[in-house]
Amino acid sequence: MWKWFHQLASPPHFYRISAILSPWLAVPGLVLIAYATWQGLFVVPMDYQQGDAFRIIYVHVPAAYLSLMAYMIMASAGAIGLIWRIKLSHAVAAAAAPIGAAFTFLALATGSIWGRPMWGTWWEWGDPRMMSELILLFLYFGYMALRSAIDDTAKADKASAVLALVGIVNVVIVHFSVEWWSSLHQGQTVFKRGTMDADMRLPLLMMIIGFTLLFGSMLLRRIRTEVLYRERRTRWVREMVLSPEGAA
Amino acid sequence: MTESNREIPGIFEGLLATARRDLLLAWKRPGDVLNPLFFFAMVCTLFPLAVGPSQEQLEFSGPGVLWVAALLATLLSLNALFLSDFEDGSLDQLLVSPQPLPVLVLGKVLAHWLTAGLPLVFVSPILALTYNMPVTVMGVMMLTLTLGTISLSLLGSIGAALTVGLHRGTALLSLLILPLAMPIMILGANAVSLAAHNDVYTTGIWALGAYAIASVSVAPYATAAALRISNE
Repeated sequence: MWKWFHQLASPPHFYRISAILSPWLAVPGLVLIAYATWQGLFVVPMDYQQGDAFRIIYVHVPAAYLSLMAYMIMASAGAIGLIWRIKLSHAVAAAAAPIGAAFTFLALATGSIWGRPMWGTWWEWGDPRMMSELILLFLYFGYMALRSAIDDTAKADKASAVLALVGIVNVVIVHFSVEWWSSLHQGQTVFKRGTMDADMRLPLLMMIIGFTLLFGSMLLRRIRTEVLYRERRTRWVREMVLSPEGAA
Repeated sequence: MTESNREIPGIFEGLLATARRDLLLAWKRPGDVLNPLFFFAMVCTLFPLAVGPSQEQLEFSGPGVLWVAALLATLLSLNALFLSDFEDGSLDQLLVSPQPLPVLVLGKVLAHWLTAGLPLVFVSPILALTYNMPVTVMGVMMLTLTLGTISLSLLGSIGAALTVGLHRGTALLSLLILPLAMPIMILGANAVSLAAHNDVYTTGIWALGAYAIASVSVAPYATAAALRISNE
């Protein structure tokens, strides 16, 4: 088990394994998303309160969950890289940030589109989850800006790992402070949704699993590119590129 | 062994020496201390000019405006925290000193707070008067600003350490620190506006105090780690 783990941390080995693994995540992920999209859009009945508008949760919830998940991956990969000095780990953190930012933006955009007919406004400053998510997006921006501002890759890796770790402590504080703040601004429509019907829940679960698989595949692909770039001066990359098969 | 031990000053002396040096530098360059204060006053002037001079509206938005201005003024002064030390090489001396780096960082942050945070606290009542803030509320505001600027100095030192020596440092520093500093502002500004409405405001004060204590204990280590990374 440990041996396998150590092997995985070596860039050439990871590069080979991930090539095999990536489609095994992408294909089931896409199938699940396609099936759940059809279910969610055409099969699941309309919500008696929200009408058809509720259907956006099939994109919104998985995106919101992955926005946090990507941050956790980014910060823990950074911490592992700082503590055990595993180079691959920093590549994971670097690859996770833009995907995480994209999912955060998707969660915000879908939430805002849902909010227009439901709350009558594109943006509700009083909603704690929207505020936390927006601050999360800013954290991603700061992280990526710091990374791109430092030319030396090793330095950028470590500095951004420290920032991600400071950020993770702060995400919790942001959440509670925003919660306390918005409890002062009462009066907005808050939907107290009852337990979800099983017909509605099943496509949502499928969507969450499908999104996660697709995220895994995207992450692997980005890490592969990142590894290839970082190892561009090593022998295994040169040999692979110059071999008749090329960089598979 | 005892010989060399005697030559190294204690941890506390190291902290005080670092703080004293930075205070002396600030005394010799008063502009560095005064500029953020002028900035603080000017931002507070901008708001009435932008939203109109209606007394009622200004009373309502006063706590928020003062807090936003204080946050921005602190950000402005943070850039200089390690910059001159980095440029003249004394930062390297801090890094190789036998004293633990987090303690020296704490000394520097203490000096920064005394020259950047505390003056804001003392100037704020004058600006609050122009926003027609009652005297009782002013006390709450000064308390929240005291606790908040401590946390801001410490949190900002992490950002300053991460960006020291980078070309586009100033804008980047704001980008890194602002999202992290939002909770401090939320807690501070809302405690003041609750006090202005004769409401229970202690939750915000306790939370700010907890934040300040947590930052004093944790932030110097993060700043020290960041300084080592930036100066590899």
